[in-house]
Formats: sequence, structure tokens, C-alpha cells
Amino acid sequence: MKRTGASPITATRENGDAILRFEQVERRYGEVVAVGGVSCEIAAGSFVALVGASGSGKSTLLKMVNTLVEPTGGRVLFGGEDVTTLRQAHLRRRVGYVFQGIGLFPHFTVGENIAIGPRLAGEKLSPQRISELLELVELDPDMARRTPDALSGGQRQRVGVARALAGDPELLLMDEPFGALDPITRDALGNKVRELHTKLGLTTIMVTHDMAEALLLADRVLVMSEGALVADDTPRALLAGAGGKVAQGLVAVPRQQAERLAHMEDTP
Amino acid sequence: MSGILDILLGLGDKFAAHIVLSASAIGLGMAVALPLAVWASRSPAVARVALGFASLVQTIPALALLALFFPILLSLRAVFGEGLPTLGFLPALLALALYALLPILRNAVTAMVNLDPEILEAADGVGMTGAQKLRLVQLPLAAPFIMAGIRTASVWTIGAATLATTIGQPSLGDPIFAGLQTQNWALVLAGCIASAGLALVVDALLGLVERGFASRRRWMWITGLAAVALGVGGALFVQTGGEDEDTVVIASKQFSEQYILAQLIGAQLEAAGYSVEYRDGLGSAVVHSAVASSSIDISVDYTGTIWTNEMERTDNPGRDAMYEAIVDWEQENTGVRVLGRLGFENAYAFAMREDRARELGVISLTDLVAHGPQLTVGGDPEFFERPEWIAVRDAYGLRFGETRNFAPTFMYNALRSGEADVISAYTSDGRIAADRLVVLEDPKEALPSYDAMVMLSPRVAGDERLAAALEPLIGAISVEAMREANFAVDREGEGKLSPRDAARELADKIGL
Repeated sequence: MKRTGASPITATRENGDAILRFEQVERRYGEVVAVGGVSCEIAAGSFVALVGASGSGKSTLLKMVNTLVEPTGGRVLFGGEDVTTLRQAHLRRRVGYVFQGIGLFPHFTVGENIAIGPRLAGEKLSPQRISELLELVELDPDMARRTPDALSGGQRQRVGVARALAGDPELLLMDEPFGALDPITRDALGNKVRELHTKLGLTTIMVTHDMAEALLLADRVLVMSEGALVADDTPRALLAGAGGKVAQGLVAVPRQQAERLAHMEDTP
Repeated sequence: MSGILDILLGLGDKFAAHIVLSASAIGLGMAVALPLAVWASRSPAVARVALGFASLVQTIPALALLALFFPILLSLRAVFGEGLPTLGFLPALLALALYALLPILRNAVTAMVNLDPEILEAADGVGMTGAQKLRLVQLPLAAPFIMAGIRTASVWTIGAATLATTIGQPSLGDPIFAGLQTQNWALVLAGCIASAGLALVVDALLGLVERGFASRRRWMWITGLAAVALGVGGALFVQTGGEDEDTVVIASKQFSEQYILAQLIGAQLEAAGYSVEYRDGLGSAVVHSAVASSSIDISVDYTGTIWTNEMERTDNPGRDAMYEAIVDWEQENTGVRVLGRLGFENAYAFAMREDRARELGVISLTDLVAHGPQLTVGGDPEFFERPEWIAVRDAYGLRFGETRNFAPTFMYNALRSGEADVISAYTSDGRIAADRLVVLEDPKEALPSYDAMVMLSPRVAGDERLAAALEPLIGAISVEAMREANFAVDREGEGKLSPRDAARELADKIGL
């Protein structure tokens, strides 16, 4: 079973209402096709990992959801509405966004950073709510008064997650959220996000190049290559050999690493 | 030292004028540069053009930029009407604001362009509109760098504002230029100390604002800004208090005789009950246009200057005929009233040291032709561009080995030290007698006569009371009396007088 960028698959899932729908979404930069005709639906309440090599178009696809990047063709429907027709500020309030670069505002305190989304919508976040959000990501509520430069990398990304959750979003987008973190922090924060996803009833899309992370956290994995969707399966199905060559190439890496580690344990 | 202190204490109104001018120029510069920087940060093409233009402006010497605004504003009168001022505050403001543009623009654009792209993406990601992003993220983060640019611009502007004196805007340049011409070093020093002190204080205050922005300490930048606002407000208060429509403005060019005559005229008018303001140290080229446009009210000019520079005549009809022709020409063409001749001539003449002239056997300009290529000639900064020099050069076929420019005062020093062999002296100059210089004869009468005349602007031309107050000066000043007064100001050491004191002595001498 071989699938290439020239013949993208069309993925549909009937379980759960689709909160997000990509319809032949395309993004070109001049001659370069970053995303070419992607169609799929994301069910409400699902945790979807978007995996692919660098330059596969996964970040671009994600950014077309909250219009940080505008599609040059096709539509992205959020709750049935084309995202480019929604008021941008309103859309971005309903969509929490966590960046690889974290992007905390250095001239704001942690509390002000968390409260920025509601503030832009003309709503003041209470200190209690900020404390709640900090506790949600396992940070000391006293941190609200500090500035981001006094925090460690892991703490900052926790604040980044808290900021994304501050507006009670329906959808949480994460663009390589743990890429800049050390493995231990990365693992802990990954599990925390998965836990919050379930607890808050979110729909989450996480872009990552780490297949192991995708397999362990998501309940659905989309694989992109050269701007096209080349696999759409559950982690279990991928481990069982589904998804085609590109997906299996990505699955092979952590699997072989695990096997080598197991082999080292078996041979003293 | 106490002399300098006294002068400093007397500089209050110049100080206030300097502050108001500098603050206005920086304010205008900011008003143009900051929006431009925001635009430029979004468009590399705009950034290139804006920074290119600002850099180009910076390459123009400040003095030239100031002078350039006179003809520019004069031509703009076709659009804005005769009321548009061509000298004084407006051209100074425009030139200095242009000058302040570059540091503000460059720092602001650099700061905006180099903001962390991840933070800007985050601003978009949390749902900020373009305006919110600018207000909440870009400007606060760029503020310390923008402030650093404003600081640089302020220091430059305060320094360059001293040059506004040359286009008739009172500033701390007034004592510097007056002191330089009359070799009154205390005056020069006082002007320098005042403007440098002002620059340092402003730099420190804006530095406080910059650090306040950078460290996000509100009290710091508020204190700095409040102090600056207080200073500008105080200066404005002093300024507006002294303005008076009925004030008669007397101009002087940049040499001692002009300072003395301005004081002499001023004293006469004050005695007649007029309030008087002096615009000292105007560029010689702008004085005639200034009086013709009523930017100033009274000037002392010379027949030969008007004849060649304004009427563009090259013939020499003789002293009296020339004067009569000028009176008529001014009346018909500019509306300037020539009140009369003061009685002495301040002509251009070529002078040499007595020993040097004897050694070479030079008595007249004709004798100089053979020696010219081995000699260095010194002239005031405008001399070698003037039609008089061209007339002499062509009449005699004069060629010199080297041509050097000196401020009038330093010309005589150059002659004394041998740095120049021949200089373009002025016949009313006291140093000709004091230094025992030989004035070379002009057998071909190539140099026109230079009778000193009192010129009245169209605004005051019809004021007979003013004319009557100045009438006693007409025909009253002999070349000897003028030389003596000039020398009292130009000399060094014992007996040196300020232009005001020399004017008082001159007034006594001619029996006023």
C-alpha cells in the first residue's frame, strides 16, 4: 500500500460531531505548495496528533485553523463556519493556541500573559481564575506576579498552556508545544495536557515530529508528507502496520529504539 | 570666571528660545518619524526610502540645511502668501526637525523590525488586531530603543540649534557667534557651556526615561518626562511673556562693525521709546532678503554689496551715482527705504604686511600680478564667491598660489603669522592702522565703493518717528571713528570693549 502526495486520501470519521472540517485546503507560496488539497474532519472531543517531517506542511495546516495563515484554496470550517469569515479576534478566543516558541510577552507578568485573551475580548480575568489556571498546569498561584524571564522553560510552557486555556476554548491547537523542552519535562507536560484534554472536554490538535509522542498521547494520528495527508489511523492501527510507507517509516524509529533498549536489558 | 557667570545669567531669553526651538524640532521630528517607522516596519520598501532620505539629509551640513530653508520658504510664498516667515523660527524648526529625523527613524525602524518573531506570532495567536499588537506589544517592547534614538536626536538638535543664529532665530548660538567675531572668548565659552549643559541635562533625563522603559519602572520614566515637560513649559512661559508686535528688529551680519552699528541704532531707538530686539550674526547673503521681506526691520548694508549682489551690476559709475541708483532701485523693486549713508566706507581692499610689501616691491594690485603664483591669499568665507573678487581677478589677471578662507577676525591673525601673504581687508577695519598694514592701490577701479547705508524694511519704511530717531546718524560717522570703534572691539587685551560699549563711545564721539 503506497500513497504519495499526488493522491491524497480523504479521511472522514462518523463517530462524534465534526467540530472542524478541512475541505480541499491548499496553501501555496508562489510555486511552492506547502499544503496541497487536504480534506478531513476532526471529531469533537478527539485528541489528534499531526505528524510529519520538517516541511511536510503540518504547521501550515494547523495555522490555517486560526487564520494565522490564510488558505489559497479550499475552506476550513469551524463549527460549520468558514474560519476566514469569522471575526478574527472572536475566532482566536475560541481556539487556544500553544506555540513551540512559547511566545510569552516579556513585558507582561505571568498573570497578565494568562489574562491577555479575555482582556482583548474586553473581559477582565479575576485573580481567582488566574490562580485556578496556574493550578491547572501545576504552577504556584504566586507566580502570577512574576515576569516570564524568572521562569524555567518548562514553567513557561505551562504558562503558555494556561494562557491557551484562559478563554475556555473549544479547540486547543498546539504547534510542537514541547519541542524546546528537556525529555523529562516534555513527558510530564505531555501527560498533563492529555489529562486536561480529558478533564476539560477539549478537542485537541497537536503538531509534532515525534511519532512516539503522537502514539502515546493521541487517539488519532494524521501523517503528512509533502503537503498531503498520507495516513489517518489510530495509534494501535499504526503499530499494527497500517498507514503506508511514510507513516511506517516514522513508526519504525521509536519502535527500533525501544527494541534496542530492550535488547540491551536482556543482554547483560 | 565671574565674567562668564555674569554672561550666563544674562542668557535667560536665549536659553528659553533655544529650549523652545530644540523641543519643537524634536517634537516635529518624532511626529514624522514615529508613524513613518511603524509604516516602515511593515514595508521594507518604505523603510529603504525613508532611511535613505534621512541619511541623505544627515550628510548635508547643518549650517547649509538651515540656510537652504530661506530660499525654499521664499519660493513657497507663492503658495502660502506673503505672511510666510522665511527667517527665524520656522526655517530653523524645519531644518532641525529634518536633522532629528534620522536617529529617531533609524532606531525605531531597527527596533520594530528586530522584535522577536515568536512574540509577534503569539500576539496574532492570542487574537490581537494590528492596532492592539502595535499598542500592547510592539511599541512597549521597542520603547527603550526608540527612546535611545530620541535621546541621540535631542543631543544633536540642541547642539545644531546654536547655528539657528545665522538665520535670525535667537538661540545660544548668539553669544557664540558674537563672541567669535569680536574675539570675546568669555562670550563664546558662556554660549558653549550653556548649550552643552542643556544637552547633558536633557540626555540624562531622557536616559532616565529610557531606563524606565527598559526596566518597566513607571516612576523612572514619569519623573524623566515630567522634568523635560517642566523645562519646556517654563521656557515657553518665558518666551511668550516677552513677545511684542511693536518691537523693532535690528539685524547684524557676522562682523564687529555690524554688531556695533546695530547697538548704536538700537540705543537711538530705545531713547525714542521703541522696544528693540537684535538678530545678531545673520549670514550676509540673507540680510538683504530679510529686510526686504520685513523678517527684520533695520539693517546696515553697503552700496557695493547691493550693487553687485542684488542689482547684479558690474559697471562702476562712481560713488554718488551708485548710491542714488540704489535708493531708486530699492524703492521700486523691494520697498526697502534707504534712509541714508552713515558717512564712511567699508570697502574691500587688498592688504599686506608692510615688510612683506616692501620686500616684494608691491604698491598696487598691478604689482601683485607677477608675484601672485608664489603667494597665499586669504579671504572671508564668502569673498572668493563674490563678484568683487571676480571683477578684480579679471581686471588684473590675478592668480594666486593658494586661496584660503578665514573668519574675518582670523584673517588678520593669519597675515600676522604668515599663513597668508595678502588678505581681503575692509577699509573701515581698525586693524589696518593697528597692524600697520599696506592697502594696495586699485588703479583700474575694479573694486566698487562700499558706503554704509541704513536700510528700513517695508514694514517700518513709513514710520517717520523712527526715521527721525535715526536721522542724527546719517553722515555722522567718519571712517576714522568707525575704525577706532571696530578696533576697540577686535583688539585683544587691555582696552577691549563689548560692541555695546564701543557703540556708546562712538555715540559720544559723534556728539549724540
